Amino acid sequence: MTDTTRTIDPVDPAGSTGTTRVATPWEGLVTSALLGTERRTPPAEILAPGKEAPAALLDAAALHTVRRRAGLLPARAAARPEPAAHDGRARLPEAAGRRLRQLLADRSGPSGGGGRRGAAPDLTELLPQWLAAANEHGYRVPAAVLPALLDAARARTDLRPQALTFAGPRGLWLARLNPEWKFALRGASGGALLPDPRDGEAVRLLWEEGLFAERVALLAAVRAQDAEASRALLASTWSTERAEDRLMFLDSLRTGLSGADEPFLDRALSDRSRNVRHTAAELLSALPGSALAGRMAARAATCVSMDRTGGGQVITVEAPHECDADMQRDGVVPAPPAGRGERSWWLGQLVEAAPLDTWPARLGGRTPEEIVALPVLDDWADELHAAWCRAAVRQRDARWSLVLLGSPAASPAAGPGTSSLAERAKLLATLPPAERASWVASFIAAHGLSEAFQLLGVCAVPWAEPLGRAVVDALDIARDAGSYPWSFSGVMGLAERCLDPAEASRLELLTAAQDEPEDASPGAGGYWSEAFRRLVSTLRLRASMLAELDGLDGLNSPNGPDDPGRLAELTEPAAP
Amino acid sequence: MGRSNVVDMNQTGVRWTTEQVLALAPDEASRKAGNKLGTAGPWSEAGSGSAGAVWGLCKGSGGKPYQTIVDTTGPAYKCSCPSRKFPCKHALGLLLLWSADERSVPETAEEPGWAGEWLEGRRKRGEERPAGEAGAAGSGKPADPEAARRRAERRAARISAGATELEQRLTDLLHGGLASAEQSGYGLWEETAARMVDAQAPGLAGRVRELGAIPGSGAGWPVRLLEESALLHLLTTAWLGRDRLPEPLATTVRTRIGLPSPAGGPPVRDHWLVLAQDDSSDGKLVTRRIRLYGRDSGRSALLLAFGAAGRSPQLGLPVGLMIEAEITPHGGAGQLRADWGRQFGAPAPVPGPPPGGSTTAAIEAYGAALRADPWLDAWPVTLTDVIPVPAPGGGWQLADADGESALPLTDSALSRPGLWKLAALSGGGPVTVFGECGHRGFHPLAAWAEEIPGPVPLT
Repeated sequence: MTDTTRTIDPVDPAGSTGTTRVATPWEGLVTSALLGTERRTPPAEILAPGKEAPAALLDAAALHTVRRRAGLLPARAAARPEPAAHDGRARLPEAAGRRLRQLLADRSGPSGGGGRRGAAPDLTELLPQWLAAANEHGYRVPAAVLPALLDAARARTDLRPQALTFAGPRGLWLARLNPEWKFALRGASGGALLPDPRDGEAVRLLWEEGLFAERVALLAAVRAQDAEASRALLASTWSTERAEDRLMFLDSLRTGLSGADEPFLDRALSDRSRNVRHTAAELLSALPGSALAGRMAARAATCVSMDRTGGGQVITVEAPHECDADMQRDGVVPAPPAGRGERSWWLGQLVEAAPLDTWPARLGGRTPEEIVALPVLDDWADELHAAWCRAAVRQRDARWSLVLLGSPAASPAAGPGTSSLAERAKLLATLPPAERASWVASFIAAHGLSEAFQLLGVCAVPWAEPLGRAVVDALDIARDAGSYPWSFSGVMGLAERCLDPAEASRLELLTAAQDEPEDASPGAGGYWSEAFRRLVSTLRLRASMLAELDGLDGLNSPNGPDDPGRLAELTEPAAP
Repeated sequence: MGRSNVVDMNQTGVRWTTEQVLALAPDEASRKAGNKLGTAGPWSEAGSGSAGAVWGLCKGSGGKPYQTIVDTTGPAYKCSCPSRKFPCKHALGLLLLWSADERSVPETAEEPGWAGEWLEGRRKRGEERPAGEAGAAGSGKPADPEAARRRAERRAARISAGATELEQRLTDLLHGGLASAEQSGYGLWEETAARMVDAQAPGLAGRVRELGAIPGSGAGWPVRLLEESALLHLLTTAWLGRDRLPEPLATTVRTRIGLPSPAGGPPVRDHWLVLAQDDSSDGKLVTRRIRLYGRDSGRSALLLAFGAAGRSPQLGLPVGLMIEAEITPHGGAGQLRADWGRQFGAPAPVPGPPPGGSTTAAIEAYGAALRADPWLDAWPVTLTDVIPVPAPGGGWQLADADGESALPLTDSALSRPGLWKLAALSGGGPVTVFGECGHRGFHPLAAWAEEIPGPVPLT
């Protein structure tokens, strides 16, 4: 009877993988069945008089099968995985958990593919906000949603940093078991994998033996704690790193760049790799106090001066005549791109790398406002202003940025700095959030929405009130002008995600279908009302989303706040 | 009662979870469409009543909003939209909103007129319906028992002819050897299966089709083919000799052959835990399997519901709730199938997993169940404190937290998203898992983990 007590094994029901291969009665049956009873007579003991061999064989096999199944034993347990690290974050409020599952269930994107969007909110677009808010609260991920969350992050790289932070140690633990989620292991936010930055021994070990991505993440983590230690770490292996790795490590110094980084960057100026040299020079020029910035200031100053012949109210430019070895060492690229003169190319690089406070002193003590307003001889104005724009962005100089942006009401083409929306957006990003919002609000009030998309993209979420008002008013005007709402679908989408939810009640008025103006596009009114309804419902949804994460949901429950169960939930310790 | 920590058992009931609502969707498209409508935006006049009714007006693309009403105790749906999906996206959206947002769907005493009429009608019918009658397919029975008996005899004769033919084919197969089955390909089995359909023996047809999938299906296939052929042989032999079998086993044989076995037993009233619900489709028919466990009787039950492709089967119960109701078991030894009957009161959350045991106890339970029904592939069990473990060779197993025993997961479980949910819930620690244990391994259906109140569906 030993052959009936088998270990359960779905691949090999008869358990023939055992080490001893004795011809059991069952194996006799199998052999006979495989070859056919005409070639191999079944074992004699199963044959019965008056019964054909195949039927007798099937009878015996049926008996054996049922007996085997009835006597199955469990298999031997394999080595158990190391349990996931404890996650001490606070438990997600129940309503917020429901919302997350709803957002994740919708993530496969709007059905119908590119059709009209209807009046219902686009839930997929709210997931990034939900994750960011949940992480701010410091909530722990509910384990059951982890697979859907990791799948979502796999499909959308923009979700990954927030999704992986939220997924926490349990998510990382799970990702190690499924090759489809290996992105989570190489991700920059593999925070849970990294040793404590203060644990010198563990840091050194990972730095010397880790994978490249782990080392980049480690460097960033150490730098956030102790910039000096991170430079020492980098210097310890610098000469043996590959050129492309040196470039990436150097690039990571961009975060938290300070004067203390100068000696290291100075050494990198003589690196073997041209890209490394160039990046080092760019970083040094973003430090107005650095020696390189000083050298660039001296070079730039010789090129730009007040014209003494014209009464001193005009800037004159004398572009460099050569790009010498010292300039090249300081990161000036000698060969211009196709279609550009080499002297103006060199000038641009010098001015861009010179500290902006060089100019008031150099140009007669004038303020940035006055300098930008000065005429420039010989058509050098565009070149010079463009270089100042790049300098303002690189040095994150809000004063110069604002001056170079000019008045928001003026036509973009007439502005002092640049008419490129992408560059204007970069200049805007250096302004404090409130100034940024009010500048863009005035811009929209003057020029409408058609060019505002990129500028809106750099504004802080939720939009400050003047900006929100300006956008809503401009949408209202566009509707009255009779165009279709999908001409503004980019801005509409942004508004759904960025408008302050408190605006919802004001917007409610706009959702009503209105009489169409005579020259309106046919049917536009209905589509507008639909678009506004979607905007309102999305704002409402965002408001409840955030309230749920604040744990406020329970206050409105039918049981009321005096229910002891509810109270326990409400008083759960908040995230650290 | 309203101030206690335990769930209210009065008529107020509980709002369902998102998963419970989405489980009612007939297909993926409805699930998505319903999800989009599960926000306050398109709804007005939404509310819910004390007896499990939910209603609302949904603004669609047309002028007049759709009137959507759901009776969650059924659940039953009514919507003025033209959709042929059932439940439609409006009903799903409304339930999602109701489950997530108590402000948008407040509880009120007043039902609006357009909802009240239908709900009132349902309540009346519910009161009039006698106990045990619900769900029984008997209402359309012909009046002439003699004609019915003759029809049954004719069918039995056809099945016997089919069984005899199948027996001959099996004998031929064994005579020539299973090795030849790999060459003959799937066509031969498909043809035999079609013959069994003609013989009105769908149970035999299904088994024959499964046989056809075995040759060449990986290591050890001749053994699996011999086992399944032998069990099929056992079934045809049992059918042909059914007169000599004891009645419960004869009924089991009839059920396995594919004859309808009416729910005939006395109704069993209990608090039924709805543990799992999953749909499978063969392209023409959607089969829904709902697994129940009786809190007081300790009895497991399986409800089957069918729908045409694209339509959700009428019966749908929200997983994770406990419902006091009567079920009517079908006949036969070792059979779990039952029909859903009258419900009492409002559902409450499932209080916890059914009593469970170790992996050894689970496989022993399957072995014991085989005594009543030798064709049984798996048996519902609960594993307490097991850890999902990746097994060498790509599979997974559930290992006892204390001890060295484990059950491998079935191949079909390995390809499902539920596996990863189970792993996530465990995080390397012990979980409690409800599922089916059989000779192919363990198929997980629902899990409980520390700090997680309800069962997490793994289907």
